Amino acid sequence: MERHFDEELKELKDRLLYMSGLTEAMITDSVKALVERREDIIEEIYKKEEEVNLLQIEIDDRAIKMIALHQPAAVDLRFLITAIKINSELERMGDMAINICQATRELLKQPLLKPLIDIPRMAEIARKMVKDSLDAFVKQDAVLAKSVCERDDEVDDLKDQVFRELLTYMMSDPNAIQRAMDLILISRHLERIADHSTNIGEEVIFLVQGKDIRHHIAEQK
Amino acid sequence: MNKIEVKNLSLFYGDFQALKDINIAFKEKVITALIGPSGCGKSTLLRCFNRMNDLIEGVRIYGEVNLDGKDIYSKDVDVVELRKRVGMVFQRPNPFPLSVFDNVAYGLKVHGKTKREKIEEIVERSLKATGLWDALKDKLALPATELPLEQQQRLCIARVVAIEPEVILMDEPCSALDPIATAKIEELMFELKKKYTIVIVTHNMQQAARISDYSGFMLLGELVEFNTTNKLFTNPDNQNTQDYITGRFG
Repeated sequence: MERHFDEELKELKDRLLYMSGLTEAMITDSVKALVERREDIIEEIYKKEEEVNLLQIEIDDRAIKMIALHQPAAVDLRFLITAIKINSELERMGDMAINICQATRELLKQPLLKPLIDIPRMAEIARKMVKDSLDAFVKQDAVLAKSVCERDDEVDDLKDQVFRELLTYMMSDPNAIQRAMDLILISRHLERIADHSTNIGEEVIFLVQGKDIRHHIAEQK
Repeated sequence: MNKIEVKNLSLFYGDFQALKDINIAFKEKVITALIGPSGCGKSTLLRCFNRMNDLIEGVRIYGEVNLDGKDIYSKDVDVVELRKRVGMVFQRPNPFPLSVFDNVAYGLKVHGKTKREKIEEIVERSLKATGLWDALKDKLALPATELPLEQQQRLCIARVVAIEPEVILMDEPCSALDPIATAKIEELMFELKKKYTIVIVTHNMQQAARISDYSGFMLLGELVEFNTTNKLFTNPDNQNTQDYITGRFG
Protein backbone atom coordinates (compact mmCIF):
# COMPACT_ATOMS: atom_id res chain seq x y z
CA MET A 1 0.00 0.00 0.00
CA GLU A 2 1.48 3.37 -1.03
CA ARG A 3 1.24 5.81 1.84
CA HIS A 4 1.07 9.59 1.80
CA PHE A 5 3.88 9.35 4.33
CA ASP A 6 6.13 7.73 1.67
CA GLU A 7 5.81 10.84 -0.46
CA GLU A 8 7.03 12.97 2.46
CA LEU A 9 9.88 10.55 3.11
CA LYS A 10 10.94 10.83 -0.52
CA GLU A 11 10.92 14.63 -0.38
CA LEU A 12 13.06 14.54 2.74
CA LYS A 13 15.53 12.19 1.05
CA ASP A 14 15.71 14.48 -1.98
CA ARG A 15 16.44 17.51 0.19
CA LEU A 16 19.23 15.66 2.02
CA LEU A 17 20.71 14.54 -1.30
CA TYR A 18 20.63 18.11 -2.55
CA MET A 19 22.32 19.28 0.65
CA SER A 20 25.04 16.65 0.33
CA GLY A 21 25.60 17.70 -3.31
CA LEU A 22 26.25 21.24 -2.07
CA THR A 23 28.57 20.01 0.66
CA GLU A 24 30.55 17.86 -1.78
CA ALA A 25 30.95 20.84 -4.11
CA MET A 26 32.10 22.99 -1.18
CA ILE A 27 34.79 20.46 -0.25
CA THR A 28 36.03 20.08 -3.83
CA ASP A 29 35.99 23.82 -4.55
CA SER A 30 37.68 24.82 -1.31
CA VAL A 31 40.67 22.61 -2.14
CA LYS A 32 40.53 23.72 -5.79
CA ALA A 33 40.85 27.33 -4.62
CA LEU A 34 43.95 26.30 -2.70
CA VAL A 35 45.61 24.14 -5.35
CA GLU A 36 44.81 26.36 -8.35
CA ARG A 37 45.25 29.57 -6.32
CA ARG A 38 41.77 30.76 -7.28
CA GLU A 39 40.55 33.26 -4.69
CA ASP A 40 37.75 34.19 -7.10
CA ILE A 41 35.79 30.96 -6.40
CA ILE A 42 35.80 31.31 -2.61
CA GLU A 43 32.85 33.72 -2.52
CA GLU A 44 30.73 31.08 -4.24
CA ILE A 45 31.57 28.56 -1.50
CA TYR A 46 30.36 31.00 1.16
CA LYS A 47 27.06 31.33 -0.70
CA LYS A 48 26.68 27.56 -0.72
CA GLU A 49 27.31 27.49 3.02
CA GLU A 50 24.42 29.89 3.60
CA GLU A 51 22.22 27.56 1.58
CA VAL A 52 23.43 24.54 3.58
CA ASN A 53 22.60 26.35 6.83
CA LEU A 54 19.06 27.07 5.66
CA LEU A 55 18.67 23.46 4.54
CA GLN A 56 19.74 22.23 7.95
CA ILE A 57 16.88 24.12 9.55
CA GLU A 58 14.40 23.09 6.87
CA ILE A 59 15.28 19.38 7.07
CA ASP A 60 15.10 19.25 10.86
CA ASP A 61 11.77 21.02 10.71
CA ARG A 62 10.38 18.55 8.18
CA ALA A 63 11.61 15.52 10.13
CA ILE A 64 10.26 16.79 13.47
CA LYS A 65 6.86 17.48 11.91
CA MET A 66 6.77 14.00 10.42
CA ILE A 67 7.56 12.44 13.79
CA ALA A 68 4.92 14.53 15.53
CA LEU A 69 2.18 14.01 12.98
CA HIS A 70 2.72 10.40 11.90
CA GLN A 71 4.23 8.82 15.02
CA PRO A 72 6.39 6.53 12.91
CA ALA A 73 7.66 3.18 14.18
CA ALA A 74 10.37 0.66 13.29
CA VAL A 75 12.22 1.40 10.02
CA ASP A 76 10.33 4.68 9.46
CA LEU A 77 11.38 5.94 12.87
CA ARG A 78 14.98 4.87 12.35
CA PHE A 79 14.95 6.59 8.96
CA LEU A 80 13.83 9.93 10.40
CA ILE A 81 16.24 9.83 13.32
CA THR A 82 19.05 8.98 10.89
CA ALA A 83 18.01 11.83 8.58
CA ILE A 84 18.20 14.30 11.48
CA LYS A 85 21.68 13.08 12.41
CA ILE A 86 22.95 13.11 8.80
CA ASN A 87 21.62 16.64 8.54
CA SER A 88 23.91 17.75 11.38
CA GLU A 89 26.90 15.89 9.94
CA LEU A 90 26.47 17.59 6.56
CA GLU A 91 26.17 21.01 8.11
CA ARG A 92 29.37 20.44 10.08
CA MET A 93 31.13 19.38 6.88
CA GLY A 94 30.04 22.64 5.29
CA ASP A 95 31.62 24.49 8.22
CA MET A 96 34.86 22.55 7.68
CA ALA A 97 34.91 23.59 4.01
CA ILE A 98 34.58 27.21 5.16
CA ASN A 99 37.50 26.71 7.55
CA ILE A 100 39.54 25.43 4.61
CA CYS A 101 38.61 28.59 2.69
CA GLN A 102 39.76 30.78 5.58
CA ALA A 103 43.15 29.06 5.72
CA THR A 104 43.38 29.18 1.92
CA ARG A 105 42.85 32.96 1.90
CA GLU A 106 45.84 33.31 4.22
CA LEU A 107 47.93 30.95 2.09
CA LEU A 108 47.13 32.80 -1.13
CA LYS A 109 48.77 35.94 0.24
CA GLN A 110 52.15 34.21 0.07
CA PRO A 111 54.00 32.08 -2.49
CA LEU A 112 53.30 28.36 -2.62
CA LEU A 113 55.32 26.50 0.03
CA LYS A 114 55.46 23.21 -1.88
CA PRO A 115 53.57 21.38 -4.61
CA LEU A 116 50.35 19.99 -3.11
CA ILE A 117 49.86 16.27 -3.67
CA ASP A 118 48.45 14.63 -0.54
CA ILE A 119 45.90 17.32 0.31
CA PRO A 120 44.07 17.03 -3.04
CA ARG A 121 44.12 13.24 -2.58
CA MET A 122 42.61 13.61 0.87
CA ALA A 123 39.98 15.96 -0.51
CA GLU A 124 39.00 13.54 -3.24
CA ILE A 125 38.72 10.57 -0.85
CA ALA A 126 36.74 12.66 1.64
CA ARG A 127 34.38 13.95 -1.07
CA LYS A 128 33.80 10.39 -2.34
CA MET A 129 33.11 9.27 1.24
CA VAL A 130 30.44 11.96 1.59
CA LYS A 131 28.86 10.92 -1.70
CA ASP A 132 28.96 7.20 -0.94
CA SER A 133 27.62 7.63 2.59
CA LEU A 134 24.62 9.53 1.21
CA ASP A 135 24.14 6.97 -1.59
CA ALA A 136 24.23 4.23 1.06
CA PHE A 137 21.58 6.15 3.02
CA VAL A 138 19.28 6.60 0.05
CA LYS A 139 19.66 3.01 -1.17
CA GLN A 140 19.76 1.67 2.41
CA ASP A 141 22.95 -0.17 1.46
CA ALA A 142 24.81 -1.36 4.58
CA VAL A 143 27.73 -2.79 2.57
CA LEU A 144 28.48 0.55 0.94
CA ALA A 145 28.06 2.26 4.33
CA LYS A 146 30.63 -0.08 5.85
CA SER A 147 33.09 0.59 3.02
CA VAL A 148 32.82 4.32 3.82
CA CYS A 149 33.76 3.65 7.44
CA GLU A 150 36.74 1.58 6.33
CA ARG A 151 38.13 4.37 4.14
CA ASP A 152 38.49 6.63 7.16
CA ASP A 153 41.87 5.06 8.01
CA GLU A 154 43.24 6.04 4.60
CA VAL A 155 42.45 9.69 5.27
CA ASP A 156 43.90 9.49 8.78
CA ASP A 157 47.15 8.09 7.36
CA LEU A 158 47.36 10.85 4.75
CA LYS A 159 46.85 13.48 7.44
CA ASP A 160 49.74 12.00 9.45
CA GLN A 161 51.90 11.99 6.32
CA VAL A 162 51.10 15.64 5.59
CA PHE A 163 51.95 16.56 9.16
CA ARG A 164 55.32 14.73 9.12
CA GLU A 165 56.32 16.26 5.81
CA LEU A 166 55.38 19.81 6.81
CA LEU A 167 57.22 19.40 10.09
CA THR A 168 60.48 19.06 8.15
CA TYR A 169 59.71 22.32 6.30
CA MET A 170 59.04 24.13 9.56
CA MET A 171 62.23 22.82 11.16
CA SER A 172 64.38 23.91 8.25
CA ASP A 173 62.83 27.37 7.70
CA PRO A 174 60.97 29.49 10.30
CA ASN A 175 59.46 31.54 7.44
CA ALA A 176 57.57 28.41 6.40
CA ILE A 177 55.82 27.96 9.76
CA GLN A 178 52.77 30.13 9.05
CA ARG A 179 52.07 28.46 5.70
CA ALA A 180 52.85 24.96 7.00
CA MET A 181 50.48 25.47 9.93
CA ASP A 182 47.70 26.55 7.58
CA LEU A 183 48.26 23.47 5.43
CA ILE A 184 48.26 21.22 8.50
CA LEU A 185 44.97 22.80 9.57
CA ILE A 186 43.50 22.16 6.13
CA SER A 187 44.50 18.50 6.27
CA ARG A 188 42.97 18.35 9.72
CA HIS A 189 39.69 19.77 8.39
CA LEU A 190 39.65 17.20 5.59
CA GLU A 191 40.29 14.45 8.10
CA ARG A 192 37.33 15.71 10.17
CA ILE A 193 35.13 15.71 7.04
CA ALA A 194 36.04 12.04 6.57
CA ASP A 195 35.10 11.43 10.24
CA HIS A 196 31.67 12.99 9.67
CA SER A 197 31.17 10.74 6.63
CA THR A 198 32.12 7.76 8.77
CA ASN A 199 29.47 8.82 11.28
CA ILE A 200 26.93 8.85 8.47
CA GLY A 201 28.08 5.36 7.42
CA GLU A 202 27.52 4.13 10.98
CA GLU A 203 24.09 5.75 11.09
CA VAL A 204 23.15 4.04 7.84
CA ILE A 205 24.13 0.65 9.26
CA PHE A 206 21.86 1.42 12.21
CA LEU A 207 19.09 2.38 9.82
CA VAL A 208 19.36 -0.79 7.75
CA GLN A 209 20.20 -3.38 10.37
CA GLY A 210 18.99 -1.75 13.58
CA LYS A 211 22.52 -2.34 14.97
CA ASP A 212 24.50 0.39 16.66
CA ILE A 213 28.18 -0.09 15.71
CA ARG A 214 29.41 3.25 17.07
CA HIS A 215 32.57 3.23 19.19
CA HIS A 216 32.75 -0.57 18.74
CA ILE A 217 30.72 -0.90 21.95
CA ALA A 218 28.70 -3.86 20.66
CA GLU A 219 31.92 -5.73 19.74
CA GLN A 220 33.29 -5.23 23.24
CA LYS A 221 30.19 -6.68 24.89
CA MET B 1 8.15 -16.17 35.82
CA ASN B 2 5.48 -17.18 33.35
CA LYS B 3 1.93 -16.70 34.59
CA ILE B 4 0.18 -18.06 31.51
CA GLU B 5 1.70 -20.50 29.06
CA VAL B 6 -0.11 -21.33 25.86
CA LYS B 7 0.93 -24.50 24.06
CA ASN B 8 -0.17 -25.51 20.56
CA LEU B 9 -3.50 -23.75 20.95
CA SER B 10 -5.92 -24.01 18.02
CA LEU B 11 -9.50 -22.80 18.03
CA PHE B 12 -12.29 -23.41 15.53
CA TYR B 13 -15.60 -21.61 15.13
CA GLY B 14 -17.38 -24.42 13.26
CA ASP B 15 -15.20 -25.02 10.20
CA PHE B 16 -13.33 -21.74 10.53
CA GLN B 17 -9.98 -21.93 12.27
CA ALA B 18 -9.58 -18.71 14.22
CA LEU B 19 -6.37 -19.62 16.06
CA LYS B 20 -3.59 -21.67 14.51
CA ASP B 21 -1.19 -23.51 16.76
CA ILE B 22 -0.41 -20.60 19.10
CA ASN B 23 2.55 -20.85 21.46
CA ILE B 24 3.13 -17.92 23.76
CA ALA B 25 4.01 -17.22 27.39
CA PHE B 26 2.89 -14.25 29.49
CA LYS B 27 5.19 -13.14 32.26
CA GLU B 28 3.89 -12.33 35.72
CA LYS B 29 3.22 -8.70 36.67
CA VAL B 30 4.00 -7.18 33.30
CA ILE B 31 1.73 -5.80 30.61
CA THR B 32 1.62 -7.78 27.40
CA ALA B 33 -0.16 -6.31 24.38
CA LEU B 34 -1.67 -8.26 21.52
CA ILE B 35 -1.90 -6.31 18.29
CA GLY B 36 -2.97 -7.12 14.76
CA PRO B 37 -5.59 -6.25 12.15
CA SER B 38 -9.30 -6.92 12.73
CA GLY B 39 -10.15 -10.60 12.61
CA CYS B 40 -6.59 -11.76 13.32
CA GLY B 41 -7.72 -13.67 16.40
CA LYS B 42 -6.32 -11.47 19.15
CA SER B 43 -9.62 -11.10 21.05
CA THR B 44 -10.34 -14.79 20.54
CA LEU B 45 -6.97 -15.62 22.06
CA LEU B 46 -7.60 -13.28 24.98
CA ARG B 47 -10.97 -14.89 25.64
CA CYS B 48 -9.31 -18.31 25.82
CA PHE B 49 -7.57 -17.25 29.03
CA ASN B 50 -10.73 -17.18 31.11
CA ARG B 51 -12.72 -19.57 28.94
CA MET B 52 -15.12 -16.93 27.66
CA ASN B 53 -15.17 -18.79 24.34
CA ASP B 54 -16.90 -21.72 26.06
CA LEU B 55 -20.08 -19.65 25.87
CA ILE B 56 -20.04 -19.59 22.06
CA GLU B 57 -21.78 -22.39 20.26
CA GLY B 58 -19.74 -24.61 17.94
CA VAL B 59 -16.36 -23.68 19.39
CA ARG B 60 -13.67 -26.35 19.50
CA ILE B 61 -10.41 -25.75 21.30
CA TYR B 62 -7.25 -27.87 21.11
CA GLY B 63 -4.00 -27.46 22.99
CA GLU B 64 -3.21 -26.15 26.44
CA VAL B 65 -3.57 -22.90 28.35
CA ASN B 66 -1.63 -23.24 31.58
CA LEU B 67 -2.24 -20.85 34.45
CA ASP B 68 0.57 -21.28 36.97
CA GLY B 69 1.39 -24.55 35.24
CA LYS B 70 -2.13 -26.00 35.39
CA ASP B 71 -4.20 -26.44 32.22
CA ILE B 72 -7.38 -24.39 32.59
CA TYR B 73 -9.13 -26.58 30.03
CA SER B 74 -8.73 -29.78 32.07
CA LYS B 75 -11.97 -31.32 33.28
CA ASP B 76 -11.58 -30.62 36.99
CA VAL B 77 -11.31 -26.84 36.56
CA ASP B 78 -14.12 -24.78 38.13
CA VAL B 79 -14.82 -22.06 35.53
CA VAL B 80 -16.33 -19.65 38.09
CA GLU B 81 -13.19 -19.98 40.20
CA LEU B 82 -11.05 -19.51 37.07
CA ARG B 83 -12.83 -16.28 36.19
CA LYS B 84 -12.22 -15.04 39.70
CA ARG B 85 -8.50 -15.53 39.13
CA VAL B 86 -8.61 -14.17 35.58
CA GLY B 87 -10.78 -11.05 35.37
CA MET B 88 -11.80 -9.22 32.25
CA VAL B 89 -12.47 -5.64 31.17
CA PHE B 90 -14.35 -5.05 27.94
CA GLN B 91 -14.37 -2.57 25.10
CA ARG B 92 -17.39 -0.59 26.24
CA PRO B 93 -17.81 0.05 29.93
CA ASN B 94 -20.54 -2.34 31.04
CA PRO B 95 -21.50 -1.49 34.60
CA PHE B 96 -24.52 -3.30 36.00
CA PRO B 97 -27.67 -1.17 36.33
CA LEU B 98 -26.94 -0.85 40.03
CA SER B 99 -25.35 1.69 42.31
CA VAL B 100 -21.62 2.40 42.27
CA PHE B 101 -21.26 0.49 45.52
CA ASP B 102 -23.23 -2.54 44.39
CA ASN B 103 -21.28 -2.77 41.14
CA VAL B 104 -18.04 -3.24 43.00
CA ALA B 105 -19.62 -5.43 45.68
CA TYR B 106 -21.39 -7.66 43.16
CA GLY B 107 -18.52 -10.04 42.49
CA LEU B 108 -17.77 -10.33 46.19
CA LYS B 109 -21.28 -11.54 46.88
CA VAL B 110 -21.11 -14.01 43.99
CA HIS B 111 -17.93 -15.38 45.48
CA GLY B 112 -19.53 -15.76 48.89
CA LYS B 113 -18.32 -12.71 50.79
CA THR B 114 -21.32 -11.38 52.68
CA LYS B 115 -20.04 -9.56 55.74
CA ARG B 116 -21.05 -5.92 55.31
CA GLU B 117 -17.98 -4.45 56.95
CA LYS B 118 -15.62 -6.57 54.91
CA ILE B 119 -17.45 -5.66 51.71
CA GLU B 120 -17.31 -1.94 52.55
CA GLU B 121 -13.60 -2.21 53.16
CA ILE B 122 -12.94 -3.97 49.84
CA VAL B 123 -15.16 -1.54 47.89
CA GLU B 124 -13.21 1.37 49.32
CA ARG B 125 -9.87 -0.29 48.58
CA SER B 126 -10.91 -1.13 45.00
CA LEU B 127 -12.17 2.36 44.30
CA LYS B 128 -8.95 3.78 45.69
CA ALA B 129 -6.88 1.40 43.57
CA THR B 130 -8.64 2.65 40.46
CA GLY B 131 -8.46 6.31 41.42
CA LEU B 132 -12.23 6.70 41.90
CA TRP B 133 -12.54 6.99 45.66
CA ASP B 134 -12.06 10.73 46.00
CA ALA B 135 -14.55 11.46 43.23
CA LEU B 136 -17.18 8.93 44.25
CA LYS B 137 -16.96 8.38 48.00
CA ASP B 138 -20.00 10.60 48.51
CA LYS B 139 -21.86 9.18 45.53
CA LEU B 140 -21.74 5.48 46.24
CA ALA B 141 -25.50 5.18 45.87
CA LEU B 142 -25.51 6.85 42.46
CA PRO B 143 -26.53 4.60 39.55
CA ALA B 144 -23.26 3.57 37.89
CA THR B 145 -24.70 4.15 34.44
CA GLU B 146 -24.90 7.89 35.21
CA LEU B 147 -21.12 8.22 35.56
CA PRO B 148 -18.99 9.61 32.71
CA LEU B 149 -17.66 6.86 30.44
CA GLU B 150 -14.14 7.03 31.78
CA GLN B 151 -15.36 6.60 35.35
CA GLN B 152 -17.62 3.77 34.21
CA GLN B 153 -14.61 1.99 32.73
CA ARG B 154 -12.61 2.59 35.90
CA LEU B 155 -15.54 1.20 37.86
CA CYS B 156 -15.49 -1.93 35.70
CA ILE B 157 -11.80 -2.28 36.49
CA ALA B 158 -12.56 -1.70 40.19
CA ARG B 159 -15.17 -4.48 39.96
CA VAL B 160 -12.47 -6.83 38.66
CA VAL B 161 -9.90 -5.66 41.20
CA ALA B 162 -12.39 -6.18 44.07
CA ILE B 163 -12.30 -9.95 43.69
CA GLU B 164 -8.50 -9.88 43.75
CA PRO B 165 -7.73 -11.65 40.53
CA GLU B 166 -4.22 -12.65 39.45
CA VAL B 167 -4.63 -11.78 35.80
CA ILE B 168 -6.59 -8.93 34.21
CA LEU B 169 -7.57 -9.30 30.57
CA MET B 170 -8.43 -6.08 28.76
CA ASP B 171 -10.15 -6.16 25.40
CA GLU B 172 -9.72 -2.70 23.85
CA PRO B 173 -10.42 -1.01 27.18
CA CYS B 174 -9.97 2.51 25.84
CA SER B 175 -11.61 2.35 22.45
CA ALA B 176 -14.76 4.08 23.71
CA LEU B 177 -12.81 6.74 25.59
CA ASP B 178 -11.41 10.12 24.62
CA PRO B 179 -7.64 10.75 24.75
CA ILE B 180 -7.66 12.23 28.26
CA ALA B 181 -9.72 9.38 29.67
CA THR B 182 -7.46 6.97 27.79
CA ALA B 183 -4.37 8.50 29.37
CA LYS B 184 -5.94 8.09 32.82
CA ILE B 185 -6.74 4.43 32.22
CA GLU B 186 -3.21 3.87 30.93
CA GLU B 187 -1.77 5.43 34.10
CA LEU B 188 -4.03 3.14 36.08
CA MET B 189 -2.66 0.15 34.17
CA PHE B 190 0.88 1.10 35.18
CA GLU B 191 -0.27 1.07 38.79
CA LEU B 192 -2.12 -2.21 38.40
CA LYS B 193 0.80 -4.08 36.90
CA LYS B 194 2.61 -3.89 40.22
CA LYS B 195 0.11 -6.43 41.51
CA TYR B 196 -1.45 -8.07 38.48
CA THR B 197 -0.49 -9.72 35.23
CA ILE B 198 -2.17 -7.75 32.45
CA VAL B 199 -2.90 -8.83 28.91
CA ILE B 200 -4.38 -6.16 26.67
CA VAL B 201 -5.79 -6.35 23.17
CA THR B 202 -5.60 -3.02 21.39
CA HIS B 203 -6.04 -1.57 17.94
CA ASN B 204 -4.14 1.49 19.00
CA MET B 205 -0.50 0.73 18.28
CA GLN B 206 0.78 3.81 20.07
CA GLN B 207 -1.07 2.59 23.13
CA ALA B 208 0.59 -0.82 22.87
CA ALA B 209 3.96 0.88 22.46
CA ARG B 210 3.35 3.21 25.41
CA ILE B 211 2.10 0.83 28.02
CA SER B 212 3.25 -2.72 27.34
CA ASP B 213 6.45 -4.54 28.21
CA TYR B 214 5.93 -7.32 25.68
CA SER B 215 3.96 -7.34 22.45
CA GLY B 216 2.63 -10.04 20.21
CA PHE B 217 1.66 -9.39 16.60
CA MET B 218 -1.05 -11.65 15.19
CA LEU B 219 -2.18 -12.17 11.63
CA LEU B 220 -4.82 -14.52 10.23
CA GLY B 221 -4.99 -16.58 13.40
CA GLU B 222 -1.24 -16.96 13.78
CA LEU B 223 1.16 -15.39 16.24
CA VAL B 224 3.65 -13.85 13.80
CA GLU B 225 6.03 -12.27 16.28
CA PHE B 226 6.37 -12.05 20.03
CA ASN B 227 9.04 -9.73 21.36
CA THR B 228 9.80 -7.07 23.91
CA THR B 229 7.74 -4.00 22.99
CA ASN B 230 10.93 -2.02 22.63
CA LYS B 231 12.28 -4.40 19.99
CA LEU B 232 8.98 -4.91 18.22
CA PHE B 233 8.40 -1.20 17.70
CA THR B 234 11.96 -0.19 16.82
CA ASN B 235 13.36 -3.15 14.90
CA PRO B 236 10.93 -6.04 14.51
CA ASP B 237 12.25 -9.40 13.33
CA ASN B 238 9.39 -10.13 10.95
CA GLN B 239 8.64 -8.19 7.77
CA ASN B 240 4.86 -8.56 8.27
CA THR B 241 5.17 -6.99 11.70
CA GLN B 242 7.19 -4.14 10.23
CA ASP B 243 4.60 -3.58 7.50
CA TYR B 244 1.77 -3.56 10.00
CA ILE B 245 3.27 -1.21 12.57
CA THR B 246 4.46 1.22 9.91
CA GLY B 247 1.02 1.24 8.29
CA ARG B 248 2.15 -0.34 5.01
CA PHE B 249 -0.16 -3.26 5.44
CA GLY B 250 -2.68 -4.31 2.81
